[in-house]
Amino acid sequence: MMGIPGNWRLRKQRYQLAGTRCQNCNQIHFPPRQVCPACKNRQLEDFRLSGRGTVYSYTIIYQSTPKFEFFVPYVVALIDLEEGPRITAQLTDVDPDQVEIGMPVEMVLRKISEQGERGLIHYGYKFRPRIR
Amino acid sequence: MRPVAIVGIGQTPVREHWDAGLRELAVQAVWQALDECQIDTVDVFYVGNMLSGTLTGQEHLATLIAEYAGLTGVEAIKAEAACGSGAAAFRQAVLAVASGAAEVALAVGVEKLTETSTHKTTDGLASAADADYETAMGISFVALNALLMRRYMYEYRYHKSDFSAFIEIAHRNAVHNPNAMFRHLVNRDQYERAKMVADPVNLLDSSPIADGASAVVVTSIDQLKRFPNRPIWVAACEVSTDTIALDNRENPLWLKAAERSVHKAFKTSGLTHRDIQLFELHDAFSIMSALSLEGSGFAERGTAVRLANEGHFAIDGRLPISTFGGLKARGHPVGATGLYQIVEATLQLRGQAPEAIQVPDARIAMTQNIGGSGATIITTILTRERL
Ligand SMILES: [Zn+2]
Repeated sequence: MMGIPGNWRLRKQRYQLAGTRCQNCNQIHFPPRQVCPACKNRQLEDFRLSGRGTVYSYTIIYQSTPKFEFFVPYVVALIDLEEGPRITAQLTDVDPDQVEIGMPVEMVLRKISEQGERGLIHYGYKFRPRIR
Repeated sequence: MRPVAIVGIGQTPVREHWDAGLRELAVQAVWQALDECQIDTVDVFYVGNMLSGTLTGQEHLATLIAEYAGLTGVEAIKAEAACGSGAAAFRQAVLAVASGAAEVALAVGVEKLTETSTHKTTDGLASAADADYETAMGISFVALNALLMRRYMYEYRYHKSDFSAFIEIAHRNAVHNPNAMFRHLVNRDQYERAKMVADPVNLLDSSPIADGASAVVVTSIDQLKRFPNRPIWVAACEVSTDTIALDNRENPLWLKAAERSVHKAFKTSGLTHRDIQLFELHDAFSIMSALSLEGSGFAERGTAVRLANEGHFAIDGRLPISTFGGLKARGHPVGATGLYQIVEATLQLRGQAPEAIQVPDARIAMTQNIGGSGATIITTILTRERL
């Protein structure tokens, strides 16, 4: 279970979809990387993703890991972002039966999980059907 | 590198072993294998295990098991590659002997998944995925397979019930394996009615949480005279990796690590797909059976499910799979699974499988052990005759 420093360290990724772009081959990565997986270049710059994409695949989870029981049933999807990377995230503000492959979605900031009544509350990206 | 052969095997039944811990299970399998060889020590000892630290608070596992097996003093190291840990330990044993660093090496896979609540175990199994970017978003290990299955059904236009064929094959074979956890048949009707875990993966798509241990002794060609058993040759044991997270793969439906490890294994052994008579694949979920068959080159993209329904992978088919029940019905004690596959393939090649599941005149077998959602894939080819 991740502690306070780990969550703090990931804040830009979780809140702003901060990734990287390779200065050699222009590949865009999420999560951010130190080495470009396409060309092994290590000169990478920060790149913030737009948060717009489409559903590549999805599942409706009925039995979750303990931290997410509160949300059951919930939808997790693989989302193809406009800039190239694919990302794993929950869908929100949608009836699970309405989700389809190819559906346009956009990023929103939501509560992801809680570490018990007195523990940390994690916020981060989820995706909802595109309305903007 | 010297030729390496399997000269001893051992396995416990796959069960919920309330009365045995990691050390008791492992020691049973180790001594079955040593007794078969009529030896009482080895040069080096590898343990395949994924979750001993997470679920039972026990790390430093190999040294512990060596001690309780009566092998204190012997070099002992744990290999971890999620659900691929068993074959990872086997490969280390093979390399130790092939390189000449050891004459006799032992690999034992052991896992206890019923020590804790199903919740804690589910949490532990999810640690095979990317903790910051997959698990943290609420994904379970089942859910990753569900994402693959949904996309596969979409791209290749399958109905969920088509996957029943894989489950029926596994259960039909497990009936004859005394060490299997589920020795009963499952039909399409039961499959369609099974409880949904992460849609479209239901309870019967998933291999069961279980305990077990399995062990293999390998030695070099120079030492064979010491051993009473017919040697089974390790023609190849090759590993390849892919991205940990499913989302970072260009085509998640293509197991690149399967393709690459199979390619390496054929290159090492000089064999081809046509030579393989049976395939112990990693059917942790029915979708993994399809992806493994396709990535490994035994079926064209999108055709494995159809071929399964046409009987190609049944025990009397063109390429029998999961001959002892596979992960699905023998059970999936994760870190031990890779060594169960090796033990079962060895029994097939020795001609010692129970009659109903013995592949006639089995000379060449392949096993494939997968860690995570395809991030580590270890492909092994075993042969009855030295190539
Ligand atoms: Zn690059």
